[in-house]
Amino acid sequence: MSTPFLSVRDLRVHFSTEDGMVKAVDGLDFELEKGKTLGIVGESGSGKSVTNLAILGLHHKDSTAIDGEILLDGQELLTATERELERLRGNKMAMIFQDALASLSPYHTIGRQIGETYRKHTGASKKEARARSIEMLTKVGIPQPDLRVDDYPHQFSGGMRQRAMIAMSLVCNPALLIADEPTTALDVTVQAQIMDLLKDLQQEFGTAIIFITHDLGVIADIADDVLVMYGGRCVERGSKKEVLRAPRHPYTWGLLGSMPTLEGPVDVPLSPIPGTPPSLLNPPTGCRFHPRCAFTEQVGGERCSRELPLLEINGGRGSACHLTDAQRTEFFADFAGSRTD
Amino acid sequence: MSSTTPPPLLDVSGLTKHFPVMGGFPFKRRIGAVQAVDGLDFTVGEGESLGLVGESGCGKSTTGRLITRLLEPTGGKISYRGQDITHASRKQLAPVRSEIQMIFQDPYASLNPRQTVGKIISGPMEVNDINPAGGREARVRELLETVGLNPEHYNRFPHEFSGGQRQRIGVARALALEPKLIVADEPVSALDVSIQAQVVNLLQKLQKDLGIAFLFIAHDLAVVRHFSQRVAVMYLGRIVEIADREDLYGNPRHPYTRALLSAVPEATADDTPRRERILLTGDVPSPVNPPSGCRFRTRCWKATEKCASEDPPLVRVDGNREGHLTACHYPEDTAGLAVPAARKSL
Repeated sequence: MSTPFLSVRDLRVHFSTEDGMVKAVDGLDFELEKGKTLGIVGESGSGKSVTNLAILGLHHKDSTAIDGEILLDGQELLTATERELERLRGNKMAMIFQDALASLSPYHTIGRQIGETYRKHTGASKKEARARSIEMLTKVGIPQPDLRVDDYPHQFSGGMRQRAMIAMSLVCNPALLIADEPTTALDVTVQAQIMDLLKDLQQEFGTAIIFITHDLGVIADIADDVLVMYGGRCVERGSKKEVLRAPRHPYTWGLLGSMPTLEGPVDVPLSPIPGTPPSLLNPPTGCRFHPRCAFTEQVGGERCSRELPLLEINGGRGSACHLTDAQRTEFFADFAGSRTD
Repeated sequence: MSSTTPPPLLDVSGLTKHFPVMGGFPFKRRIGAVQAVDGLDFTVGEGESLGLVGESGCGKSTTGRLITRLLEPTGGKISYRGQDITHASRKQLAPVRSEIQMIFQDPYASLNPRQTVGKIISGPMEVNDINPAGGREARVRELLETVGLNPEHYNRFPHEFSGGQRQRIGVARALALEPKLIVADEPVSALDVSIQAQVVNLLQKLQKDLGIAFLFIAHDLAVVRHFSQRVAVMYLGRIVEIADREDLYGNPRHPYTRALLSAVPEATADDTPRRERILLTGDVPSPVNPPSGCRFRTRCWKATEKCASEDPPLVRVDGNREGHLTACHYPEDTAGLAVPAARKSL
């Protein structure tokens, strides 16, 4: 088997805080091929953003303990020096943040900010960088790019800022693009535009994309594979079809049951997950999800609160739960039935 | 389902709010106006939930603030149970205000961090000098239980609660005066998906059990569909379509409603999406200088010269069920969501 383009092995990210050690990511594995999109879903505090800051090496070095292995195209990132990382960031891997206004400098023109990355990595002149900025703005669909290149971020609308961010992140044709909730702050019609744009650009450049979101609908639209995170660990993984059609983990069922749809029944209450996400300072013993899970009794005994279920991956598909396959099929059928009545 | 039972709980006609834009030198004067809300007509019946959807900047929050009279309307009329409250004084408003309450979007910003939960929830009773039988504290504990919080938490401070729990505190505060109408401005959009469902279920239960009417303002079309019996779609300060839930989602007549519905990503793994996506180009125009005629025409694939010159009124379209109103010169008339092939050439 050839080595995947990006592979993350047993990643652990722990922060030391005044209150103790926060285990933000606690044993995470995944891999990603070129030209594919991995969707990472999870609620706030599930560790999805921290994972990606670790890939880019953007975490706070002094208070963070990172363990594991991150290989990008054969290169180990966790042991890389700051200089090596600087050469990679913006060039081989890039990131789009959620809040485009906060991520753009208000004091510099859009063109200068896009060109800065390009000049740093290619040594291009100011003139060349400006031409490249205009080219990128054209690609992401900004009208009158030769005029707008001299605008400041506040002169752009929310959707245009996110487009400018995408232009900036793709200016050096990175092989890996990490998009951290890039459409959460946008309206649905603009969100649809941005997702189409990302898909087009991926086709053109063959970029591998990690798309972080809390919205399973967005995942259904953009991802090839899905990774569901809960409490710093992966609870379920598989192709988009597998995870959305036949989810295996009770947490994924809960997420689907919590989402109202545009077609389902309206007068039945939603089936939310009771309780709140766990504190990562002091995560629950055993399965992280067991305090909120409805199936601990079916597993029997105190297995769920004692024993951490392992994620067994077979052909890219797997879930971390003590339920047997037969039980899972039965319970999921009940759950799916209650949603379509 | 309650539709127009006379007199409606809330009757809004021609509601308008223009915010002045100042400029000029050396003396600032009014040089224009942001037409945030421009001529809204709608009613909310007893115990009914009206959903107000639209993208950011369409004026839906302003509408909520006008109805609670947190903002002063520029024009139009707001009647509550037949009483005109458009420009009512503070004194005249006092009894009405206790019947119209509000739930805010941000559960972090809308609770005073220095007050205990008990103090926050009993605040409305204090202001209105209401002393329920058994005392305020007992009432607060009862309210905490109603919204699914532990009554023992009476003396805790907001920072001790999670986002979802804080929103429940906000709901308890809104319930303190036994309101008839709650204006909920994006009450769940700041919450995680699993918590969002808990709060939606709570609000739905309150609507059913206590018969409270809701003006439910949200940008999430699926949440609005789940919660509201009637839905109004806003674009750039105007209502472009208003109908019963089934009609609006099943048979949208306004091109904007269609585009909006088609843009919602759904968590299905089907290769062929159930609706063809209509991609709107460009951005929403500035409300300082909205387009002439139909405000949606600059992004509409059906626009003609008529759209630029004539403002389409919000009217019933032939063959529609009563109460399905659309403001469009060329409303969609086929059932379902089959989109004409011509739209591809946007």
